[in-house]
Amino acid sequence: MTRLEFWQGNTACAEGALAAGCRFFGGYPITPSTEVAEHMARRLPKVGGVFVQMEDELASIASVIGASWTGKRSMTATSGPGFSLMMENLGYAIMTETPCVVVNVQRGGPSTGQPTRASQGDMMQCRFGSHGDIAVIAVSPGSVQEMYELTAKAFNLSDRYRVPTFVMTDEIIAHMRERIEVPDAVEIVERRPLEKGALPFAAGEDGVPGFPTFGQGYGVHVTGLTHDERGYPSSTDPEVHDRLVRRLVGKVEGARREMADYEVTNPDAEVVFVSYGSPGRSVKQAVRDMDDERVGSLRLRVVWPFPDFALQEFTNARVFLVPELNLGQIAREVASHTAVPVVPVPELGGELHTPARLAKTAEEYL
Amino acid sequence: MPHIYCTGCGNGTVINCTLNAVNQMGWEPEDTVFISGIGCSSRAPGYIVTDSLHTTHGRAIPFATGVKLSRPDLHVVVFTGDGDMAAIGGNHFIHACRRNIDLTVVCMNNYIYGMTGGQGSPCTPLGAISTTTPYGCHEAPFDLASLAVAAGANYVSRWTSYHVKELTRAVQAGLETPGFSLVEALVQCPTGYGRRNKLRDAHSMILWMRDHAVLMKKWKQMEAEGRPLPADKFPVGEFVRRNRPAMGVPEE
Repeated sequence: MTRLEFWQGNTACAEGALAAGCRFFGGYPITPSTEVAEHMARRLPKVGGVFVQMEDELASIASVIGASWTGKRSMTATSGPGFSLMMENLGYAIMTETPCVVVNVQRGGPSTGQPTRASQGDMMQCRFGSHGDIAVIAVSPGSVQEMYELTAKAFNLSDRYRVPTFVMTDEIIAHMRERIEVPDAVEIVERRPLEKGALPFAAGEDGVPGFPTFGQGYGVHVTGLTHDERGYPSSTDPEVHDRLVRRLVGKVEGARREMADYEVTNPDAEVVFVSYGSPGRSVKQAVRDMDDERVGSLRLRVVWPFPDFALQEFTNARVFLVPELNLGQIAREVASHTAVPVVPVPELGGELHTPARLAKTAEEYL
Repeated sequence: MPHIYCTGCGNGTVINCTLNAVNQMGWEPEDTVFISGIGCSSRAPGYIVTDSLHTTHGRAIPFATGVKLSRPDLHVVVFTGDGDMAAIGGNHFIHACRRNIDLTVVCMNNYIYGMTGGQGSPCTPLGAISTTTPYGCHEAPFDLASLAVAAGANYVSRWTSYHVKELTRAVQAGLETPGFSLVEALVQCPTGYGRRNKLRDAHSMILWMRDHAVLMKKWKQMEAEGRPLPADKFPVGEFVRRNRPAMGVPEE
């Protein structure tokens, strides 16, 4: 059974989180993400959860990480400027393998930029923004329905791999209203608990250690310093650092196929659009309007880790066109995985590419 | 036990006093969480066998806020220092006092950034020498205890590593008081602070703290009588104990 709603993207995001069992939200108001916090402020107390408005974004993500160690599914929502402020503590979450979900409703940057207009300018910041060698997970919804589904999925991925997971959406998806089918329940994959007596940061083959929830007698020490498998600092031994960082990156990068989530249209196409988030909507319309099997599309719902093998599904591809609301951030990633020419199709300023513009671009390569 | 503290450091004394106070409370280790930021003081949780978070510089209190709000039944104690709490973490500190969230914060104030080798902090006294105030500190220091009172904390006291019994009792009072508690513990740092300020060893720094600490009752009396308050002295004792509305207090 499902029920129909007519929701704003940000509402669907918050409801998807609640359905996934999110019970802690620490946030700070910022356009265009604020409705997520407002919705959580209303809803969380009614389901036994906690909403707290912190003094800034550094505190927001800190509180989320703290709450996560008590075993609660925890999240925050922000936009570019706040996302930048969260970078150091996100590195802490990566280093300490703390599951948490961060929604970034992207707006035009740099700096304060365009608070009320859409952008995809933070795709590389989410991947590489925190210092050190890191790997993270990012999903990118293309509709209000996907805001709900992918936010819920983000919690499962974050718990499964014990790494911060980003819902990289944008002002267009977040503020538009659409029909959405709300399921009675969503799939929930809980984090695996640490076996009693096991070392807290010793991982099995998948690189992911069991989670020692606070308050259950584990007596676990959690530090952002380079630590050994017991969790204690060992910050000058090259081998310990090498082993830890390779595992933290490897557990995510090594699971690209397991995590991959994308949509292929016309796999025999010669001209192929690669998109994610709101530009995927314009691509869909353009491909439909062109009605030409030589034009295809790859739409990513999971952007990081990047599913490089998906490009190889298009065996006849002569060019990859990458429409993004930035100057070509993911286009660069696409180019690093294929010998086929890659052409960025940037759109800045907050407007979506029109399907007509995309069709015209595709025709140039036919 | 191997540890990072220099010979003569006062932090061990404060950790000892805090753990004695926790013992007095009869708390179970699995119900107690220690949380810290970055700095010498913040390495303390690594030497205590409970669940603990050694977090990022200045952010211990918001991490602790998340733990406490999602599990109010856990006892949450924060170790921090003057650089960690008053400089980079100053905003979090005053907001936690305002929220009056049920945490006990033990701040080891050694007047200096010890871990990085003795740079001036927001608590470095006027005129004191540090590696970043080579001609004497010309910024007025924060009065952390008074700041906590003004910002709304339910319990605030200040002692020094000389006043072991008083400090232990103060931490215990902080642990017992629902809402935000700050115990400021002045500590000697002969390595980072003392040796540049004519207090070369631990002994002389401890004696300096003893001789410059004025009991709260006497301090208030001097204030009331309009007697000049000596600039190089400071009050020790209980600054406030009250019952403002608090957050994160477990339901009985």
